[in-house]
Amino acid sequence: MQKSIQKYFVLFALPGLLCFAIAFLVPMVMGVVLSFFKFSTVTDGTFIALENYRRIFINDDFTSALWFTVQFTIVSVITINMGAFFLSLLLTREVKGTNLFRTIFFMPNLIGGIVLGWIWQVIINGVLLKSGVTIVSDPKYGFWGLIVLMNWQNIGYMMVIYIAGIQNIPHDLIEAAQIDGAGKLTMLKSVILPSIMPAITICSFLTLTNGFKLFDQNLALTAGDPGKQTEMLALNIFNTFYGRSGFEGVGQAKAVLFTILVAIIALTQLRLTRSKEVEA
Amino acid sequence: MKKHLLIALMIVSLAMSTALFAAGSKESASAKEVYFLNFKPEIADVYESKIAPAFEAETGIKLKVVTAASGTYAQTLKSEIAKSNPPVIFQTNGPVGLKESKGYTADLTNTGFYKILSDKSMALTDEGKVLAIPYAVEGYGIIYNDAIMRKYFALPSKAVSITSADEIRNFATLKAVVEDMTKHKSELGIQGVFASTSLSAGNQWRWQTHLVNVPLHFELRDANVPAGSKVPEIKFTYSANMKNIWDLYLNNSTTAVGLLGSKSVDDSMAEFALGQAAMVQNGNWGASQILGVKGNKVADADIKFLPIYTGIAGEENSGLNVGTENYLCINSNASVEQQAMADQFLTWLFSSETGKQFVKNDLMFITPFNTFKDNELPTDPLAKEVIRWMNQPGVNSVPWAFSVIPSEEWKNQFGAALAEYSVGRSTWAQVEKVAVDAWKTEFDLTN
Repeated sequence: MQKSIQKYFVLFALPGLLCFAIAFLVPMVMGVVLSFFKFSTVTDGTFIALENYRRIFINDDFTSALWFTVQFTIVSVITINMGAFFLSLLLTREVKGTNLFRTIFFMPNLIGGIVLGWIWQVIINGVLLKSGVTIVSDPKYGFWGLIVLMNWQNIGYMMVIYIAGIQNIPHDLIEAAQIDGAGKLTMLKSVILPSIMPAITICSFLTLTNGFKLFDQNLALTAGDPGKQTEMLALNIFNTFYGRSGFEGVGQAKAVLFTILVAIIALTQLRLTRSKEVEA
Repeated sequence: MKKHLLIALMIVSLAMSTALFAAGSKESASAKEVYFLNFKPEIADVYESKIAPAFEAETGIKLKVVTAASGTYAQTLKSEIAKSNPPVIFQTNGPVGLKESKGYTADLTNTGFYKILSDKSMALTDEGKVLAIPYAVEGYGIIYNDAIMRKYFALPSKAVSITSADEIRNFATLKAVVEDMTKHKSELGIQGVFASTSLSAGNQWRWQTHLVNVPLHFELRDANVPAGSKVPEIKFTYSANMKNIWDLYLNNSTTAVGLLGSKSVDDSMAEFALGQAAMVQNGNWGASQILGVKGNKVADADIKFLPIYTGIAGEENSGLNVGTENYLCINSNASVEQQAMADQFLTWLFSSETGKQFVKNDLMFITPFNTFKDNELPTDPLAKEVIRWMNQPGVNSVPWAFSVIPSEEWKNQFGAALAEYSVGRSTWAQVEKVAVDAWKTEFDLTN
């Protein structure tokens, strides 16, 4: 058995590897290479070394998008995880209809980002209509709109992960804690939280990277309006690449920086939360 | 052993099926097909459902039409052109756009399409090569609904002395009429004089490109800048005039200023078509958006044009903004055969009887080709109005000066500044500053 697995490893791994190479590896390598070129179509270009990277900072587009993204990510990571954890606590108690509620909370996650963006744009504009403004009248509406949207979409998903974590806590551990006279708060702090650290790691990783990579929702909800003030990194890169002639290489260079940045942040976060995980 | 056989069989069938797919796609690429990347979503239907079948029926050549979504042409072209089966015919918006696509633009000097162009100087050239040929002359101004205007002028309580919209020949009169109309809104049955000043993303081109053309043109005229030359910086001398008309639009609109950020051009055109607004700034390409709206309440005969008056001295003699931003190019990277078919299609569309009927009745273009006789000009009300204004004695059309705008980015920044000013988050001085500063930086960046 072992032998034949080894024998056919290549055969079975090939389709996956091929897809990975075509859809991920090749474009990524091409992307990095292209960031050192000046080009208008991706098939021809002239080498200009680091010029593209210098041109990223000729105006403050990129840095302001970065700042907006960081603010958004911090707020959304906190709110999504708190919300999801709170819901999972509620829905692991033995009350009627938990399955129904789990499904309902999960459902927004099944809708695509663009559609969600449009839906929320209509809803938010409808609410703001009363005060005679729209979501693009002020960047702070856009910011909080995005937060609400992301919470609505992601809480259900993270909740499922937390629920799985909570359900995996051994029953005897909880019983032992109860017998030892642990109150609700102590239980939460000393039993539940340490035991679901792996779930917290995953959820914070997902929300963190989702926050940084956010594109569809941003595009559909505000498209960066008013005047790029709600433009996040991914959208800024897209607009630089496609929206400005002669700036394709700069967009590409921004994308490379963006990748490095997200990788560093995500890895640091993984290391930090991993160190807090315990074996039950 | 059996298992091995099964695996071998599976591999063989897999290999065969990929070979089949490969063969299949190759075949479709080599068939007689011309790929046209269309710029105008409002007439995409005409190309797809009428022109393509007719052309295929007459010549056996398939016309593949892809239309870029509103405001995304440059990026669609950019990604399509890099594909293995790129567009053969594509559009460019003028010298600035052409610069971007020069690398793959074919020389059209010897094409049939170039031969039918009446004024050869209208084509865009580079180093003696003809690279882009205009296919439609367009005009824009303020479209008004004459029925509502007549109703207003019949009011006993009107505050102006003139008696018809024809007599509006300068900004002062326009302002007096519009502001008085706003006072009589309910009697006229309208929600506002002007349709919404659309400011949502991708819908600001009526202002950041078209409206700004008026002050821009007069500034360049004063400075004697010859057409087509580079303009490294502007002073925005006629900024106050732009503010005049902009404030008039905002204050007499169907929509409260704060809500304009959610309005699109389609919304504005619909408001006009439904009789909720008396005026809307747009061009003759918008005819289909008025006539085609369900529940359209405007009679064809009542759709009229008024030049955009801003209070510039001598504006009584200026007409509509007439020019073209529509040039067609052929992809030089396409095969010789495909390029020939592209030329065949374009020549067919603008010179054959069938083609001309489509151009006149469905596309509603005012074309610059010698194949169209006077009685073959489009008959839609707006095109007729453009032609009427162009031929009015003593009136000079305002040419499209906006092709000198250094980049799309300038338009975006200027549009954003206008939007900020509109909702009261910045002052007009800041709009001026953005216009002047961004022009300089963008010019330096792109030249």
